[in-house]
Amino acid sequence: MHPDQRPLTRDLRPDGEALSLPGYERAGGYQGIRQALRLAPQEIIQLVTRSGLRGRGGAGFPTGQKWSFVPLGPAAPRPKYLAANADEMEPGTFKDRLLLEATPHQLLEGMMIAARAIEAEIAYVFLRGEYVLAAQRIQRALAEAYAAGYLGGHSFGADFSLQIYLHTSAGRYMCGEETGLLNALEGKRANPRAKPPYPQTSGLFGKPTIVQNVETLCCLPHIVNHGAEWFRSLGLAADAGTKLYGASGKVKRPGLWELPMGTPLGVLLEEHAGGMRDGLKLRGLLPGGASTDFLTPRHLDVPMDFTNVEKAGSRLGTGTMIILDDRTCPVGMVWNLEDFFAQESCGWCTPCWSGLRWAERILAAFERGQGAESDLEKLDWIVKFCAPGNTFCALAPGAVEPLSSALRYFHDDFLAHIRERRCPYRGGSNGNAGGES
Amino acid sequence: MLSADERREIEAEIPRYPQRQAACIDALKIVQRRRGWISDESLRDIAELLGMTLDELDAVATFYNLIYRHPVGRHVILLCNSVSCWIVGYSRLREHLRRRLGIDFGETTPDRRFTLLPIVCLGACDHAPVLMIDQDLHRDLDPAGLERVLESYR
Repeated sequence: MHPDQRPLTRDLRPDGEALSLPGYERAGGYQGIRQALRLAPQEIIQLVTRSGLRGRGGAGFPTGQKWSFVPLGPAAPRPKYLAANADEMEPGTFKDRLLLEATPHQLLEGMMIAARAIEAEIAYVFLRGEYVLAAQRIQRALAEAYAAGYLGGHSFGADFSLQIYLHTSAGRYMCGEETGLLNALEGKRANPRAKPPYPQTSGLFGKPTIVQNVETLCCLPHIVNHGAEWFRSLGLAADAGTKLYGASGKVKRPGLWELPMGTPLGVLLEEHAGGMRDGLKLRGLLPGGASTDFLTPRHLDVPMDFTNVEKAGSRLGTGTMIILDDRTCPVGMVWNLEDFFAQESCGWCTPCWSGLRWAERILAAFERGQGAESDLEKLDWIVKFCAPGNTFCALAPGAVEPLSSALRYFHDDFLAHIRERRCPYRGGSNGNAGGES
Repeated sequence: MLSADERREIEAEIPRYPQRQAACIDALKIVQRRRGWISDESLRDIAELLGMTLDELDAVATFYNLIYRHPVGRHVILLCNSVSCWIVGYSRLREHLRRRLGIDFGETTPDRRFTLLPIVCLGACDHAPVLMIDQDLHRDLDPAGLERVLESYR
């Protein structure tokens, strides 16, 4: 593949060390921000809109459109803020870790470009506390960027002044939710905020704010350098750019790959992840983290982009797939997922704190062999109760995506648990009921 | 009482935010790094320094997985129990820790060497199952590998 067809990971060092500032610049780094400083903020926003870039944090919202709601010009409230969402905590997701650890300057340059576009003066990298190595490397990259005069004021010989701070969090899934992140940065519990007002007009400390995923920000230098048409041309199907795809579970080669957006699911699974481990068959998969609907073997032709995965009844999410094999219990897997969501719910609204724990307890009963047909109706009801519009944020609607699709695709497994009064995957030589291998 | 070092380190974080309260996570982590956990007394001292009420700060402290409001052992084991690790062998690691150290989640060994806690997905799913001990990530673990890892934390 031509190197410019995998812009985000093209220059990674083979030894796994982070690119230093000189190393990043030798590879063409910090040219994007220099170019962007010759454009008006509006022109950057238009360029990014034309590029078709959509948010890589999971929701796929068009980035340029998101920025277009930020008030610009001398009358806009100040200061404005930018937050890089590096709180990667979606189960099964490990893509931003690579970018944070290996190319911290690419993130900083992307943040500079985004800050320029929305005229933000202050930015934070909101990093999950467990990413210790990433914290060290971002801190070092920040020190290098400040020493070079790229941050702090009058940078690049232009009227560009940006402060970037590293904020390391202390571990809670809700902090990755846009408005929860804002509350966390203000030193409050990371409960979500009601919208409107939207963060673009009233966000961090009441000022206009953009929260953007790490991978999205890392695309920006390349869009500025090579143009919107180039970025669109990278995608194979409906959406633009490249994507960091990943696979975990019982495949031969779990891993992470930057590939054209819209690479078919089957190609990812067979060519890149090496197919299933010997003796196992593919049963289903979550295409983009824990909060996406299951897809099944009949979806292997689906191009993995936002548009096409949605057509197939799920979401691209983070693009890191979690693979379910035919020896692992789907009910047990969904139990594990709902336990996660119930625990990580902030407790702010009822469908989430009550509904998700209720679902988890019902699924636990199934695994103990105490599930009943009436429980299936209760689970359906909880799915409806947690639908979008009934909650403050996307946690509960996301949480019930794997549950509702499991009820649909693995209905027979639920019935077998009821009929046999046990988990059919438990015991035996190859069963995988409670996560045993 | 906060030590002079703690106070200095917390004060250095405050200018990065327009409000003192915003530094409270940093402050909790600074104190916990030195003392292992956040006692009621530490909570009171930090709240006072940042102009917060005790309840405001406790609401934040108890919200986070990595802020400990109870004493912990010399080393904290954070065992990932999320889905990718669950699929490929998390429960074998948990069982090994239970047998080897005699503790389950939320417990500390009698010699205070280890505390075992569950943690959500650590973002290393291509190397599952994984766990962290203190600041270190350990990947691709089986019980034998875990045994070797434990030996390096005294």
